[in-house]
Amino acid sequence: MSLKQISVFVENKPGKMQHLTDVLAKNNVDMRALSLAETSDFGIVRIIVDDVYAASTILKDEGFIHNVTKVLGVAIPDEPGGLNTVLQVLNEAQINVEYMYAFLGGKDVAHAYMIFRVEDRKAAVAALAAKGIRCVEHEELAQL
Amino acid sequence: MERYYQPEIECASPEQIKAWQDERLVKQVKHVWDNVPYYRKKMEEKGLTPDDIRSTADLHKLPFLTKDDLRLAYPYGLMGKPLKDCVRIQSTSGTTGKRVVAFYTQHDIDLWEDCCARAIMAVGGTNEDVCQVSYGYGLFTGGPGLNGGSHKVGCLTIPTSSGNTERQIMFIQDLQATILCCTPSYAAYIGETMKEMGLTPDQIPLKAGIFGAEAWSEEMRQDIQNTLGIKAYDIYGLTELSGPGVSFECSEQTGMHINEDHFIAEIIDPVTGEVLPEGEKGELVFTSITKEAFPLLRYRTRDICTLSRKKCSCGRTHVKMSKPMGRSDDMLIIRGVNVFPSQIESVLINAGYPANYQIIIDRVKNTDTFDVNVEMTPEMFTDNMGEIKKRQGELEAGLRSMLGISAHVVLVAPKSIQRSEGKAVRVIDKRKI
Repeated sequence: MSLKQISVFVENKPGKMQHLTDVLAKNNVDMRALSLAETSDFGIVRIIVDDVYAASTILKDEGFIHNVTKVLGVAIPDEPGGLNTVLQVLNEAQINVEYMYAFLGGKDVAHAYMIFRVEDRKAAVAALAAKGIRCVEHEELAQL
Repeated sequence: MERYYQPEIECASPEQIKAWQDERLVKQVKHVWDNVPYYRKKMEEKGLTPDDIRSTADLHKLPFLTKDDLRLAYPYGLMGKPLKDCVRIQSTSGTTGKRVVAFYTQHDIDLWEDCCARAIMAVGGTNEDVCQVSYGYGLFTGGPGLNGGSHKVGCLTIPTSSGNTERQIMFIQDLQATILCCTPSYAAYIGETMKEMGLTPDQIPLKAGIFGAEAWSEEMRQDIQNTLGIKAYDIYGLTELSGPGVSFECSEQTGMHINEDHFIAEIIDPVTGEVLPEGEKGELVFTSITKEAFPLLRYRTRDICTLSRKKCSCGRTHVKMSKPMGRSDDMLIIRGVNVFPSQIESVLINAGYPANYQIIIDRVKNTDTFDVNVEMTPEMFTDNMGEIKKRQGELEAGLRSMLGISAHVVLVAPKSIQRSEGKAVRVIDKRKI
């Protein structure tokens, strides 16, 4: 029960981020979610795309340092307190969230989707499932 | 009024200086021949015996010593006295093969401190002065050398060592320090800090500064003089020869008088090794003629400069050297500390990074900035920012422990480090010195 995220190393200099988006655009890669963690020198761009293998190959060919990690895509009822409920479950299960960011879905209006990077993915999925909160598979991305 | 610590020596006639040098060189060569097998072997390889050296005119026959010799002979191979006669070591910052450990007898320490005392009196110091020594103390020669010189002059000596700028300023003000000894970049930093505190030059008791251990420009001299309201003087030296005080500036501020009763200076072509005529630019070579424990003959400093025997208005007769204009090797002097690119390379390799790096040095507000650009690798990359920053921090800690100064590690994209003709440009020095 997880999504594959591509993390890319990008220098914090003018034009570097656009160079990445340019490469993705020219190769018709559709980003479904994106987050950026930055320092004054460099940043890590984390993206969720439909075809991980294709995007990863393109990035490698273009000389980008990147890796693929498994993260959780969690379906959260799109209503006040939705995210709070999820974090409460993880907190009670003593699962630390390393980072999280929003998913740019849209077809499913009843839910918002969040990406979570946690250390113990299996424990997180189990804790969420016990409270009726669902994690999505990469194959489901196209429908979201 | 010009003051001298040892006027009979500092203002001796050129003939007298030559006579001292001739006599002491002959004696020193014999001392080295008898006690330093490493150098004796070098002489034998050139078919020389001490009898071939009868005066300074024969100096050019002697083989050179380089930093490589110091490395090969480390730690005891160039000693001229048994350990029981030695009382001190000093060392350069390098912790790789480039390390220099120099030994001193009490006699060597005395002569070194005399040289520093001459430098302090040349800037007007007397026993009425309060001399704050803000050079680092310890293995570094700056603190101990000027400390000893200050004692000899009879100044009240404040051994603050480097760092803790607020405390430095407190002592300067509370104890009315009149002479400041430190690196020029630290002097500039102290000056900037005092300015930010709202102090004007006339509120600062300092009157003179002795600043060395790194290259500095005339512009920087003007800056420091204006901010602190002092006269700023240069001082030169190497651990290999003793430390600061091998040469020093006088009131004329147009070059540094070399203490020729202790050191014979030559300028050579760094490629051919030929001795160049007076006034020509080349590599500075020193022969120490009075040191007992670490008597180096024809030591190549790798500093490029010129010598001048033009009459000096201060009355001193010893030859003057210009500020070093560069190096004939790849050594960098950053914040007064000797740095070899190879040291950085070894830290990177040990930490699992490729030896593909670039050093960027600049001088911002008269302080050296030191960035090491390192290319990110797939092995080192993770999606976890904390992990990357941790590795970056470990690399910075490794560099600091190797070099003795802190560097900022900048992680850059692969293949982004400039290459020219297939060879990487390792050092970009933007400082205007």
